Amino acid sequence: MAARKSAKKPNVSADELKTYYREMLLIRRFEEKAGQLYGMGLIGGFCHLYIGQEAVVVGLEAAAEEGDKRITSYRDHGHMLACGMDPNGVMAELTGREGGYSKGKGGSMHMFSKEKDFYGGHGIVAAQVPLGAGLAFSDKYKGNDRVTFTYFGDGAANQGQVYESFNMAALWALPVIFVIENNQYAMGTAQQRSTSSPDIYHRGEAFGIPGEMVDGMNVLAVKEAGEKAVAHCRAGKGPYILEIKTYRYRGHSMSDPAKYRTREEVQKMREERDPIEQVRGLLLTGEHASEDDLKAIDKEIKQIVNAAADFAKDSPEPALDELWTDITAETAPQTA
Amino acid sequence: MATEILMPALSPTMEEGTLAKWLVKEGDSVSSGDILAEIETDKATMEFEAVDEGTIGKLLIAEGTEGVKVNTAIALLLEDGESADDLPEAAPAADAGKEAAADGGSDAPAPAPKARETDPGDHAEPEAPEPDWPDGTKLKQQTVREALRDAMAEEMRADDTVFLMGEEVAEYQGAYKISQGLLDEFGAKRVIDTPITEHGFTGIAVGAAFGGLRPIVEFMTFNFAMQAMDQIINSAAKTLYMSGGQMGAPMVFRGPNGAAARVAAQHSQDFAAWFMQIPGLKVAMPFSASDAKGLLKTAIRDPNPVIFLENEILYGRSFDVPDLDDYTVPFGKARIWREGDDVTIVSFGIGMKYALEAAEKLAQDGIDAEVLDLRTLRPMDTDAIIRSVKKTNRCVTVEEGWPQGSVGSYISSVLMQQAFDYLDAPVITCTGKDVPMPYAANLEKHALVTTEEVIEAVKQVTYS
Repeated sequence: MAARKSAKKPNVSADELKTYYREMLLIRRFEEKAGQLYGMGLIGGFCHLYIGQEAVVVGLEAAAEEGDKRITSYRDHGHMLACGMDPNGVMAELTGREGGYSKGKGGSMHMFSKEKDFYGGHGIVAAQVPLGAGLAFSDKYKGNDRVTFTYFGDGAANQGQVYESFNMAALWALPVIFVIENNQYAMGTAQQRSTSSPDIYHRGEAFGIPGEMVDGMNVLAVKEAGEKAVAHCRAGKGPYILEIKTYRYRGHSMSDPAKYRTREEVQKMREERDPIEQVRGLLLTGEHASEDDLKAIDKEIKQIVNAAADFAKDSPEPALDELWTDITAETAPQTA
Repeated sequence: MATEILMPALSPTMEEGTLAKWLVKEGDSVSSGDILAEIETDKATMEFEAVDEGTIGKLLIAEGTEGVKVNTAIALLLEDGESADDLPEAAPAADAGKEAAADGGSDAPAPAPKARETDPGDHAEPEAPEPDWPDGTKLKQQTVREALRDAMAEEMRADDTVFLMGEEVAEYQGAYKISQGLLDEFGAKRVIDTPITEHGFTGIAVGAAFGGLRPIVEFMTFNFAMQAMDQIINSAAKTLYMSGGQMGAPMVFRGPNGAAARVAAQHSQDFAAWFMQIPGLKVAMPFSASDAKGLLKTAIRDPNPVIFLENEILYGRSFDVPDLDDYTVPFGKARIWREGDDVTIVSFGIGMKYALEAAEKLAQDGIDAEVLDLRTLRPMDTDAIIRSVKKTNRCVTVEEGWPQGSVGSYISSVLMQQAFDYLDAPVITCTGKDVPMPYAANLEKHALVTTEEVIEAVKQVTYS
């Protein structure tokens, strides 16, 4: 039942398309709910939503295999959901509860899952870039063929440690994919005001790292680029750069009114480029799904997200003695 | 008049060396840039070039002579028209060796200030009353440098996830020769030269630790670790907590810390108090070679990020080290170097040098100091300090770092809160002066803590 449709990607099945639709929708509805809970005071501190960028992580996770690693910045909820982490645990971490992935001690920006090879959730812009190269280093050292997806934004791309990492990743042929999620704004600074050359993917050339630009609103294009990058890394050819052009619909964080761009700009993107609507269109025009099928998916997602919100509200706050745990380890928290 | 060719100082801390080989002989004419000799420091063999033109009139120090002090005349260079026969008979004999330094002539520079003296080899250590090894253990003399190297080698043999990375650690054999021979034994996969890129390679090492390896990161000096501070603190120290215990960074950050000699403000800083403040880190700062070895082995095995603060001046100093297959020293246990009833002197790292010197001199004045080496600053053996102060009722702390927010300040606050009733005098914190490190030799000497200051502090708290 391979879906031979008129659209760009011939080699994607209807089931796969539906999966991407479902996963992107889960992220969007989850984030909308998180925004709502933030407004109600149930989520505190910084909270960076991923709405608009869903195709990036869903497309790349479609190119990943078991044992591949991922690491990202503080805009991390989408990455966690896309790699299969439990929405309940993620939402409960947002509300700072015992049932959260970090027992309520990490919050929105600092979440991890050893089980899903998700290495955070890092709050310092670009710090995750050498860390991701280091994860790739560990796989190369162990002699397996796993790859690490190291995500960072167009803002982070101006940090010096990114280029230190490019240099060593190329020098040591580390199996790392540097994924630049270019949502075009580093907080409130538009890319043309922060970045001397518009095409960030070219910046690997000085180090001999191949790079390409990808339409980040098109999940199939992202997946295809991801597969190419993964094959490159798995073959031992060293790092690869994907600059994925995307767009966040919301402000930088919940407290950002986003006055640095026009409402029309956002509206145009939502109407013409929305990644979920694009897949929805493919499913409907290719007759791979009916309106009713999609409604059923919407309903299921809504239930998952509501259940996560309920869990996150009902889970107790961490016991006070949690203040004093996990500061130092008595035994190794992991083995090689 | 013949020109004296003097034994050169080939590193900031070199005070003597071995004249390994002469590459010229008497009667050879030389011009500037010609290599005259090979000289071994404790770190490397260096070539020594001629500066002036002339004819080698006399070789004053035989090749193979060890312990030739810097600025000793090692040869005489004849100018045009002079001949070897013109040389006065009184010139120092070729067998001068070590003695040459003592009477190096009236124009020889003053000997290095006592406080800066490195003391390889034959220094008599006071016998520690609480050794960490059983009675009858066979001991060997080792430098701190060798002890650190052995610790890494032993742990790398035992666990193949342990690897060393840093600038010049592999092919160069270490900027301070701590990693000498490791590349040969373990290969380039596990002894890794990095580019000069502290922020980046520290982040890569932390990531590798997240990924299940046990990295040892060598900072050429800890001054350069400031470039990597974010990765050490925000990434390595905090991840175990932020992940609710799921993952952490079992690794060691090590390298020389504190003042070396004449390298001025940007290269002379003691970071003990900085790192000691961070929950999630452990901090070790050994003084002796046995502790350097035992603590580094413990650090490599520890499942947490460990800051391991070494000292360049101590690298060449020798101590007794137990000749055991697997000698480790636990964290959080102070060592009593000297027992006494009159005052407790608490120190760590190179501060111990001043503490022990002061205690020795104070003993001559009838003041019996108990000297405690903390060995690790986090965890800190405050129980040992309190125990000792309950006996002596007086405490002086010694460190090279700055006074505000010093390790000593913390110790004195602990004593005030937990042993107030036992104190007969305020705690005095002997620290480095509250200034960036100056370059000038006399100013540098005054910027550091001195033995005399420790003695003075003890006299103040003992009212003597």
